[in-house]
Amino acid sequence: MSVREEEAVRELLPRGVLDDPTSVGLTRAQTVTLAAEDAPFPLEVGGSIAPVQVEYETYWRLNEDRSNVVLIAHALSGDAHVAGWDGDAARTGRRWRLRKPGWWDTVVGPGKALDTNRYLVLCANVLGSCYGTTGPSSINPRTGEPYGLSFPIVTVGDWVRLQAMLLDHLGVERVHAVLGGSLGGQQVIEWMLAYPDRVEKAIVLAASAKLSAQGLAFNAVGRHTIMSDPHFNGGDYYGGDVPAQGLAAARMLAHITYLSDAGMELKFGRRLQDKTEPDFDFGIEFEVESYLAHQGRSFVERFDANSYLYITRAMDYYDAAAIWGGGDLVRACSRVTADVLVVSFTSDWLYPSAQCRELAIALCQARHPVTYIDVRSSYGHDAFLVETEVVSRLLRDFLDKGTEP
Amino acid sequence: MSESTSDWGERLIRILLERTGDGDPEATRRTLLKLMDLLEAVPAERPRPLEASSVNANGGYRWDHDLIERRVRPGASVLDLGCGSGTLLARLIRSKKVRGQGIERDMEKVLQCVANGVPVFQTNLDEGLAGFPDESFDYVVLEETVQTLYRPHVVLSEMLRVGRQGIISFPNFGHWQVRLDLALNGRMPVTGALPYSWHDSPNIHHLTLHDFEDWMAAQGIGIVQGHALSEGQVRPLRPDDNLFAEEVMLVIERRHA
Repeated sequence: MSVREEEAVRELLPRGVLDDPTSVGLTRAQTVTLAAEDAPFPLEVGGSIAPVQVEYETYWRLNEDRSNVVLIAHALSGDAHVAGWDGDAARTGRRWRLRKPGWWDTVVGPGKALDTNRYLVLCANVLGSCYGTTGPSSINPRTGEPYGLSFPIVTVGDWVRLQAMLLDHLGVERVHAVLGGSLGGQQVIEWMLAYPDRVEKAIVLAASAKLSAQGLAFNAVGRHTIMSDPHFNGGDYYGGDVPAQGLAAARMLAHITYLSDAGMELKFGRRLQDKTEPDFDFGIEFEVESYLAHQGRSFVERFDANSYLYITRAMDYYDAAAIWGGGDLVRACSRVTADVLVVSFTSDWLYPSAQCRELAIALCQARHPVTYIDVRSSYGHDAFLVETEVVSRLLRDFLDKGTEP
Repeated sequence: MSESTSDWGERLIRILLERTGDGDPEATRRTLLKLMDLLEAVPAERPRPLEASSVNANGGYRWDHDLIERRVRPGASVLDLGCGSGTLLARLIRSKKVRGQGIERDMEKVLQCVANGVPVFQTNLDEGLAGFPDESFDYVVLEETVQTLYRPHVVLSEMLRVGRQGIISFPNFGHWQVRLDLALNGRMPVTGALPYSWHDSPNIHHLTLHDFEDWMAAQGIGIVQGHALSEGQVRPLRPDDNLFAEEVMLVIERRHA
């Protein structure tokens, strides 16, 4: 990026953010076509797709030795923009990125837990998403129209295999660590099972080997609100009105599952929004309503409803025991060679502690050393992003120390 | 010293002498004579708790770590129950290349384990070891922990299900100082091995060496090797150690029928 371009971007960002020495500063995503028309990308549930383009970010210099790569897997609504300030936000129309740094900026940067002076950090947007990697809003070359619901069903296994292809492309044989939370944590589980030889350390935050019935139910309601929006039109809404109400409602529900009863009580209680007496109508009365409405609105600005359908489906289908152990998680875990850290949070009801713990127990039963920690927190599922202090300490120490003899 | 304390002391020593028939009677007599001198010096004020040099709950140096390190085969698997900050396992992983797994309840200690490069599973031992298969470890270590458990019998039998051998250490409540302290002061003993007051003590199931031996006999468990910490010295276990060991370390296993 030229000095002139940088100056122009600086004008658009909050004052002084680029002067923070613990920030990776201005970032610029890269894209690569990993499956061309003549070499389509095969999919786990059958069929294939081509071309496949992947958007990713790296915080390293091109000529660096690649033995110290840390791969981050993002969650449902995440993207490759993990840290720093997107230098292309204005040009690509991702204007929300002008207000906020990357989604894990608290943890990734010079001197931070995931110290970019020590580790080469990499994150790629998943297949089916809407942040530069091929997804339902991409143009299907056979029709010249966006895929919509003709986009194939993709899985966590597909995502991880595509990330492995990206590593091949970047000349990275083995990563020092792969880590992620929530759906990102499930990708980490898939990584340590599918590519045991390529992963030194695996860090699974707030994720289990499969989603519970309750989790499936939440996702079902989210998809239902999207698909019953009058603008959904069978997924063919590009160029017109998008199913904004449905997507916003899905996001509102999802946000409830990311918090906890105690956390919401603490954060909002029954406080009224900007008033002392209720209006006795169906407008925004309580703070918690206002919060959810805001989350819904801002999500519509930055996310594609079809991607929400595809990604929640991938989350539903993932079942590590079924894929790698014929239904037996212990058998699946016997494949693992990485040092594993599993972290759950006491108030998480999307990936509850007991289910995260099952993965750790299965590793013990497979006679594989594991570190399992249940962090006391009232932040619910969001805790993996919010409990920065304890998570940072864990990441820093676990990445630093060899636990194998 | 008051008359009554002195009377108590004399009577206690007579009783101890009668009960300690197994050991070297001369050594016992000499120790008890020293006791007489100590009794003369019992201050009117209760003594301050001794410095807990041999008990370091935070996982610093412990007298039994050298013994355990010598005992453990290179490349063996070791499960450390109540592993603290992972000092022992870190050492065994480094020097003996063991497959080590710690279990610890306390969050801060768990975080220290991670910093020490020790795999640790955060859980409450009283909930058992249900996740661990039979004989999945060569050794299961229970160091200075059994007396802190709510359900020690559960953990002890789990220990020899999951491990081929158990390595257990605990402060011996039968030690003469403990007995004297209770007898003379009429208050819960405070000694080097038991440095806590009753109200802040993590120790909720005090036991003596004999108590433990009784439990082992009832369970069909035998001692493979035993050591005592006595007067600052580490030495092999003696028959009279229910009186003279401040702490004991025992390697135990199930007797095969």
